[in-house]
Amino acid sequence: MSETRGWRSWVSTTDHKRIGQLYFYTAFAFFLIGGLEALLIRIQLAKPENSFVSAETYNQLFTMHGTTMIFLALMPLSAAFFNYIVPLQIGARDVAFPRLNAFSYWVFLLGGLFLNSSWFVGPLFHAGSLNVAPDGGWVGDANLTERQFSPGVNIDFWMLGLQILGISSLAAGFNFVVTILNLRAPGLKMMRLPVFSWMTLVTSFLIITAFPVITVGLVLLMFDRFFGTHFYVASAGGDPVLWQHLFWLFGHPEVYILILPAMGIVSEVLPTFARKPLFGYTVVVYSGVLIGFMGWGVWSHHMFAVGLGPVADSVFSATTMLIAIPTGVKIFNWIATLWGGQIRGSTALYFAVGFIAMFIIGGLSGVSHAVPPADLQQTDTYYIVAHIHYVLFGGTVLGLFSGIYYWWPKMTGRLLSEPLGKLHFWLTFVGMNLAFFPMHFIGLLGMPRRIYTYSPDLGVAKLNLLSTVGALIIGISALVFVFNLWRTRRHGAVAGNDPWQGATLEWATTSPPPVYNFTVIPTVESRLPLWRGEHHAPMAPLPATPPQPIHVPGGSWWPFVTACGLPVLALAPLTHTLWIAFVGVAILLIGIYRWAFEPFEV
Amino acid sequence: MSLYRSRRWLTVAALTLSGCGGPFPQSTLAPASGYAREIDGLFGTVFKLMMLVFVVVEVLLLYTIIRHRHRPGAAEPRPTHGHTVLEIAWTIAPALILVFVAVPTIQTIFKTQAPAPAGALTIQVIAHQWWWEYKYPDLGVVTANELHVPVGRTVDLEMTSADVIHSFWAPRLFGKRDVIPGHTNHIVFAAESIGEYMGQCVEFCGASHANMRLRVLVDSDTAFTAWAVSQARAPRAPAKNSVEQRGQDAFRRYGCTGCHTVVGVATGIIGPNLTHVGSRTTIAGGMLPSAAAMIEKWIENPQAVKPGALMPRMGVKPDDLTALVAYLQSLK
Repeated sequence: MSETRGWRSWVSTTDHKRIGQLYFYTAFAFFLIGGLEALLIRIQLAKPENSFVSAETYNQLFTMHGTTMIFLALMPLSAAFFNYIVPLQIGARDVAFPRLNAFSYWVFLLGGLFLNSSWFVGPLFHAGSLNVAPDGGWVGDANLTERQFSPGVNIDFWMLGLQILGISSLAAGFNFVVTILNLRAPGLKMMRLPVFSWMTLVTSFLIITAFPVITVGLVLLMFDRFFGTHFYVASAGGDPVLWQHLFWLFGHPEVYILILPAMGIVSEVLPTFARKPLFGYTVVVYSGVLIGFMGWGVWSHHMFAVGLGPVADSVFSATTMLIAIPTGVKIFNWIATLWGGQIRGSTALYFAVGFIAMFIIGGLSGVSHAVPPADLQQTDTYYIVAHIHYVLFGGTVLGLFSGIYYWWPKMTGRLLSEPLGKLHFWLTFVGMNLAFFPMHFIGLLGMPRRIYTYSPDLGVAKLNLLSTVGALIIGISALVFVFNLWRTRRHGAVAGNDPWQGATLEWATTSPPPVYNFTVIPTVESRLPLWRGEHHAPMAPLPATPPQPIHVPGGSWWPFVTACGLPVLALAPLTHTLWIAFVGVAILLIGIYRWAFEPFEV
Repeated sequence: MSLYRSRRWLTVAALTLSGCGGPFPQSTLAPASGYAREIDGLFGTVFKLMMLVFVVVEVLLLYTIIRHRHRPGAAEPRPTHGHTVLEIAWTIAPALILVFVAVPTIQTIFKTQAPAPAGALTIQVIAHQWWWEYKYPDLGVVTANELHVPVGRTVDLEMTSADVIHSFWAPRLFGKRDVIPGHTNHIVFAAESIGEYMGQCVEFCGASHANMRLRVLVDSDTAFTAWAVSQARAPRAPAKNSVEQRGQDAFRRYGCTGCHTVVGVATGIIGPNLTHVGSRTTIAGGMLPSAAAMIEKWIENPQAVKPGALMPRMGVKPDDLTALVAYLQSLK
């Protein structure tokens, strides 16, 4: 058997629940780092012509804030739930490829460390400053990223780091598609699948189709920077706009990769606390699938200022407006789920309702970006910064917090404190609105985004100060949450199997679940197996001990070893040192070989 | 006029929140050209519809969570699973609202992106890290950062970039348009009233993106013509043994000529054309007012004003600096 205690057991684990926890703590740490970067940005902008940080540092801060939040915090926080919750919701013992799952996590961790090491390794590259963090914006627009305009290693860190992280996301995407399609418990038909698992499936499909596109974009950039090709160089026959098409062809589905899991969480939390089934389950599922498909036809709405011409602008405007329809439908179905319910005001529900309320604002400001002429006044200003934060903070982050309060007792066996949770909610809610709502006006009054300084003449100083105060309140709310997590380890109320009277399979097993998840694999007869339905009784409790021995795959070191090969390989182009590439490839080959031929443990 | 009411509301809201009365020289809500007015009207329509949806849905949400909150002892709720008619209704409702958005949107797209009419004044805009170069091919004028246009006349900006992607924007006059190397993009607009309009680069373009400002100076017809005529002339040569003459010598000696053009003196093309720099109200990409002390500050240490700027510190001696500034100010 594999080890169960100590650091060695964590490095070699292939248990989806442990990997889920690793994802959670790592992603949450990156969330705090990204938040710290945001605070530094807001301090710099608290007054006009501030000199708290230099232009160079500021450009690194906003680039790393965006990159960190999207690739290292929000996506992996969703992945923490994919890992922990999906196998439980579908009644499986683990994911389809447990070692690949471990590999995804270690690649994510090492990729994140690789990117963030750029904050401290400037002297190694004779950069004249401590920081050589990426500084081209999270969208990394060509041709600013070319060697001619960005000669340092900053962009190299970004380009190589994102390629490492892409491998992690792709591996996880394949894993969850296969898991959800193949490992469902008997009777768990697709149209009985919990909505969170459905959204995980859609998200995973988006990941495996979208990440290759950005990878192509990054490989072309890598060729330009290292081998002197000219894919994005206009003066040599290339075109910088090509990058924008590739980036946004990835980037818009990426928005749905970020929001659909949160929508899935909300679709689980609302029914549980309203004591009613999700209203219009089929419609909610199909609209999620539809959003996933339609997300591929709207990318150029990020590019209305590029000048693609009136026909392209009109087409992408229309497709973007269309995508608002399934999104609106979801919101009405959530409200209808609450209607007629007996709503229990737990913290998880507060965050879920907060999600709906804030996502409406982000969705509506999004409509004005679907109107190209209006977008020409708003894009690249603080108005769009307000929009993205109402979607990704008001939407995704509130949704993820809802999921944390909801599933924490399942993951740890203890309930998070409700009073601290409510305090956390209200601080977050007030803080985010104070931070992000004024940005609509700051943008409409003409302040561009991505500027480290602004003129007092613009008349937006007080609004910016207000926004900074809001950001500090969000910072305080994060401390309250961390305290709640820490306190719960010892003092949290013991949860039992099903503290919320949930309806889905994860609540049928113990909290935390045993390594094999279920003593017997349950048979599912309805969408809400733990609730009494019109035609069926609630599922009978599972036996306390497994009636037959259960095989659980042992741990493996090789996913970790293989993952280590990738950042080593990336060091080679970063330092222009060939032999390092051979070391990286050697580690990869040894890792994959040993992984492939690892004896099957029984 | 009802279209503009929403804009006034928005401005009032912004004023209240910002706690001061402006002026907001870069506001998107105070249009001063037909183009900007088209956008503003459309945004007003969209904004009103969005406010309607916002109020209805948020009130519905709040009402629901208050009315249906848990009351001790209440019976378990009825397990409703859905309602086909409702689902159809709330699919069609947003679709209908969006029709009212889509139709004027597409009309406005084609209206605001129409090619310039014959007789429009063509101005070439060339973006550089981090300043703007303007060429008036019909008038023989080359200048930087401060764009002069005649009031009421349609102007066709023909824009491209010498290095990376930038974006040209003076919100009271026109929506932004990216300025891309290898592409030529257009902004067509006609300013409605005389005055000074602020703008700046809105596409992240490197270290000093924040310092890439611009101004559009809308002149009366006569003022514009006079300006164009004087700009097209070579500057007056400095008098013998004057301080300006010493300044011109310094201009040559310190190698300023390698990067800057002054007609009759130098032909550099890397930095802005300085032939009539003394007639401009600002320097350094609109960052500093064109006063002697500010020009000195700029020449002594360009990177302190504009991090990453290509212009090196030339180590100009104090005497030379005074003369150099006097010379530059004389270039009118």
